Amino acid sequence: MTPAPPRPAASAPAAPGPSAAGRARVEVFGIRHHGPGSARALRRALEEYKPDAVLIEGPPEADDLVSLAADPGMVPPVALLAYSPGRTPSPDGGEGAGRQAAFWPFAEFSPEWQALRHALDAGVPVRFCDLPAAHQLVRQHDPGAPPEGDGPQPPAGRPPEQGEAHGIRMDPLGWLAKTAGYDDAERWWDDVVEHRRDGPSPFPAIAEAMTELRARLAELPEPERGPDLLPPGYLRREEQREAYMRRTLRRALKEGYERVAVVCGAWHVPALLEQVPAARDERTLRGLPKTKVAMTWVPWTHGRLAGASGYGAGVRSPGWYHHLFTSGDRPVERWLTEAARMLREEDLHVSSAHVIEAVRLAEALAALRGRPLAGLDEVTEAVRAVLCEGNDLPVELIRRRMTVGERLGSVPERTPMVPLQRDLQAEQRRLRLKPSAIDREYDFDLRKPLDLDRSRLLHRLRLLDVEWGVPQEAQGRSKGTFRESWTLLWRPEFDVALIEASAWGTTVLEAAAARAEAAAARAASLSELTSLAERCLLADLGDALPAVMRALADRAAVDSDVAHLMAALPALVRALRYGDVRGTPTGPLRTVVDGLVVRVCVNLPPAVTGLDDDASREMLGRIDAVHGALSLLGDDGHTDRWLRTLRGLADRDGDRAVHGLLEGRLVRLLLDAGRLDDAPVRMARAVSAGTAPDRAAAWVEGFLAGGGLLLVHDDDLLRLLDGWIAGLPGEAFTAVLPLLRRTFGGYAAAERRAIGERVRRLGGAATAAPRGDRDSENDGVDAGRAAAAAATVLRILGWEAPA
Amino acid sequence: MTSPTDSTPPGGVLRPHAEQQYADELAGLAEHDDRPRPPGWRLSPWAVTTYLMGGELPDGTRITPKYIGPRRLMEVAVATLATDRALLLLGVPGTAKTWVSEHLAAAVSGDSTLLVQGTAGTSEEAVRYGWNYARLLAEGPSERALVESPLMRAMRTGAVARVEELTRMPGDVQDTLITILSEKTLPVPELGTEVQARKGFTVIATANDRDRGVNELSSALRRRFNTVVLPLPATVEEEVEIVSRRVAQIGRALELPETPAGLEEIRRVVTVFRELRGGLTDDGRTRLKSPSGTLSTAEAISVVTNGLALAAHFGDGVLRAADVAGGIVGAVVQDPVSDRVVWQEYLETVVRERPGWQDFYRACREVS
Repeated sequence: MTPAPPRPAASAPAAPGPSAAGRARVEVFGIRHHGPGSARALRRALEEYKPDAVLIEGPPEADDLVSLAADPGMVPPVALLAYSPGRTPSPDGGEGAGRQAAFWPFAEFSPEWQALRHALDAGVPVRFCDLPAAHQLVRQHDPGAPPEGDGPQPPAGRPPEQGEAHGIRMDPLGWLAKTAGYDDAERWWDDVVEHRRDGPSPFPAIAEAMTELRARLAELPEPERGPDLLPPGYLRREEQREAYMRRTLRRALKEGYERVAVVCGAWHVPALLEQVPAARDERTLRGLPKTKVAMTWVPWTHGRLAGASGYGAGVRSPGWYHHLFTSGDRPVERWLTEAARMLREEDLHVSSAHVIEAVRLAEALAALRGRPLAGLDEVTEAVRAVLCEGNDLPVELIRRRMTVGERLGSVPERTPMVPLQRDLQAEQRRLRLKPSAIDREYDFDLRKPLDLDRSRLLHRLRLLDVEWGVPQEAQGRSKGTFRESWTLLWRPEFDVALIEASAWGTTVLEAAAARAEAAAARAASLSELTSLAERCLLADLGDALPAVMRALADRAAVDSDVAHLMAALPALVRALRYGDVRGTPTGPLRTVVDGLVVRVCVNLPPAVTGLDDDASREMLGRIDAVHGALSLLGDDGHTDRWLRTLRGLADRDGDRAVHGLLEGRLVRLLLDAGRLDDAPVRMARAVSAGTAPDRAAAWVEGFLAGGGLLLVHDDDLLRLLDGWIAGLPGEAFTAVLPLLRRTFGGYAAAERRAIGERVRRLGGAATAAPRGDRDSENDGVDAGRAAAAAATVLRILGWEAPA
Repeated sequence: MTSPTDSTPPGGVLRPHAEQQYADELAGLAEHDDRPRPPGWRLSPWAVTTYLMGGELPDGTRITPKYIGPRRLMEVAVATLATDRALLLLGVPGTAKTWVSEHLAAAVSGDSTLLVQGTAGTSEEAVRYGWNYARLLAEGPSERALVESPLMRAMRTGAVARVEELTRMPGDVQDTLITILSEKTLPVPELGTEVQARKGFTVIATANDRDRGVNELSSALRRRFNTVVLPLPATVEEEVEIVSRRVAQIGRALELPETPAGLEEIRRVVTVFRELRGGLTDDGRTRLKSPSGTLSTAEAISVVTNGLALAAHFGDGVLRAADVAGGIVGAVVQDPVSDRVVWQEYLETVVRERPGWQDFYRACREVS
């Protein structure tokens, strides 16, 4: 280890104290947020300096939470969360109010975290010295007030894209990098600070550079300093923050600490060393608006640090930084070996020889580019050219898994939490569902109690806007109602959502029920209510169901629009069926469904008169949906009533006749239900010469919509249709051709071919009875040889005991 | 042993080698190059990169950019050679693979002529060595009866050997390279000797993975290469830059009458090529069918050069739509049936509607 002690260039006699502080010393360490090199250097510097108090840039409200960082259960990445507690939820469910929360993320390689850990290990008091979150959060209420600002660590309130753009413009490191001939400030910093593993402390030099820069900035004329480019009030906010930092420092000295270490962004170092009269800072800080703020630790993810979205911290490669910080030596070799292992796990052949060549290439590249050590760019190029043989896909895999590296931190048990969070944790333990930052698929069998409870929990969380699990609907349906597929992915902001939702109740169940009841009270439409009812059933919210049902029944009673009623029915019927599978009491739901069916049947006939093409098409979809729902329901009384209604519509004639599309469809539905014995006659009538061609074609479309199999199997129908088309006059045929095309285009190719073949046979042997045809086919079967196979099949099906 | 290609090219050569054409730049770079050079290299890796990407020397000599595209690719290529690994340049046709390999060889060893061209008929002798049979019969096996391949000569002199179109060689011939690349020796069992490569020897191979009729590289061989994939030009601007620069160079070499290469016309050719290649118009509004041809930048260059010749000799000396129309149609319509449909569709739906393209539309209508 180099014996060079940290130069006291960055230290200064304490600013305020008259005499007591004469011996007191302050050391200010300018760091880059989330820089592993800074973290390592800081750790070493602190070990040598042995401070008796550590001040860290961060919200002072978190001072009480500091001790938690020493808990073995605390695993970074974690974040300090500041939020406004005890807000009563707004009547619209809290969405409109906007999130009032700010995060201060820490990774293992964050210098702040290292400072925290060092102080805790050494038993030295730690304080946060940034402007209190109470002032930062309040700004969001007032759009006129200046937004807060901190380049590399933007609190949540500020839109991140704006923060970044302005942060870069304000980026002092960018200036330094440009002077050093780098086009990329990050890379410059990496080369100069982050990639150094040993050697003298960089902090004095950083402090000097920053002092120089700030002096230069002050000399520049106003326009070039570009206050117009900065967010309004940015400079004032900076001033306030630095004033607060100085004030905290002064207080620490007044309390008698003699070796104070301050850890803050490099930019602030000169400001802290500056001699500013305490009165001026007090003036700056006087009368700042405040709000009530509560703080806690929440788990964070590397993905969030990477800042792809949300409350990112703007670190592009947290996984790489983590590696740089944690790997003892030979980071490039270790990284590439790790990458090779990962590729092997994905069955991509990568040998040690590959790794050797990749290391050589990375080093040669670094030398070519004049960098002291191969950085992420070089290593990635080497991975691409050697390990992945020029293929971009595995490179992307490595970027996702390693460079960003999905890592979810955790917080210890005794972290302050709202009861809702605690309840969720207990549930997670009970149901053995672990939050993870990598999405994972789950397949629940709802017949098992554990899986059923898991499904209920996820559904309840969804009602609370915590979309931890996202149901994979398509798969679930096809596997039957007792199966559900979910994709689970925990995101840090769920903690915020939970804290917000905690106003609704202390347990997930309670909160979800209260939330559902409130949603029912303000639901705007019937379909909204029905889907809410469905969700309540899925989430097993027996408490909320009566309220939702009451709202639903009320709404259905006054809603005169049959379209709404019809739209509502399928979801409710589905909910009834789910209820059966899940053993949920569905009594009240049943009542609502009964009422709805009657209303639909009564209201439908007047609603289908005088519809134009588009309206008829919509109505067709609704009728189909209701029909499907009623078949699912399997209630004979309802089905009978429904079919009678349809029959009445189909029987209308003359001016009162429903649209051709609908009539065709109705006839078809009735035919399928066995309620019609005169279908051929109806069809002949519908397509006969007396009917306008477009109506006839619409009739055919409605009649045939959804399945051509009927035509394949019902020769009489096919012959009717065939005769109609063949008999059309040339002009009329051209007119209906597009409509026919549309109908037939909807069939599967195989169906169309089968229909075509039937038609050809109709034409060829029109006189030969089709039945005879079929009989002759039957004659081809050798009953004796088929018997054995048939017996086996019957045995498999369990219909017949072995002979 | 000095290479004959170091001298200036004799007059009247149609296409001088890179080291001849850019002899001044190479000399200038060598003069100012104070960085360490790997053994056997004429220039340091920094200077090689500058030679490829362009720059300016302290004495004001301008180094023209040879490769227009991401700098990092060239850095990877140069670093690969500096670690005496073999370099595989991969990409679709017309992405300047051969061009880059020639200039790399010229800059690193001052000799870009040690070249094996891969074809379906390339034999093992072309890669290793052959025999002068008259001498072999008269004197028996001896060093003097041996006919060296370019690779063998490169090994002896410690130079960069180039293998063009590696994937077009039959697989067993490709695998001849494995020993050379891993052991860096070439045994000659007939004489009981071997040729050991001297420092500076390495191989640059080019291959394209898109074409029909290629032989996949065996994984054993693939492992011995570092792979750099050369992309198609990223933007219209970049491609226009490449085309106009190359067209100017070719025009000078062919001593075409001085014709102002209308940037507008070049942009038009490049736009047509990019749109058809990508199957999408530049504004992203219209989907297009793509023709069967590759429509590479190289083809765009030849279309423009062709157009320039037409304009100079038969036209009014200015590159006009009519001069390039024929070339474009020829490049696009490779398959007379399906490509013609694609082209007609493009012409009628995109070109016709585009403001300012009327002359081009008419010219294309005339020739197609």
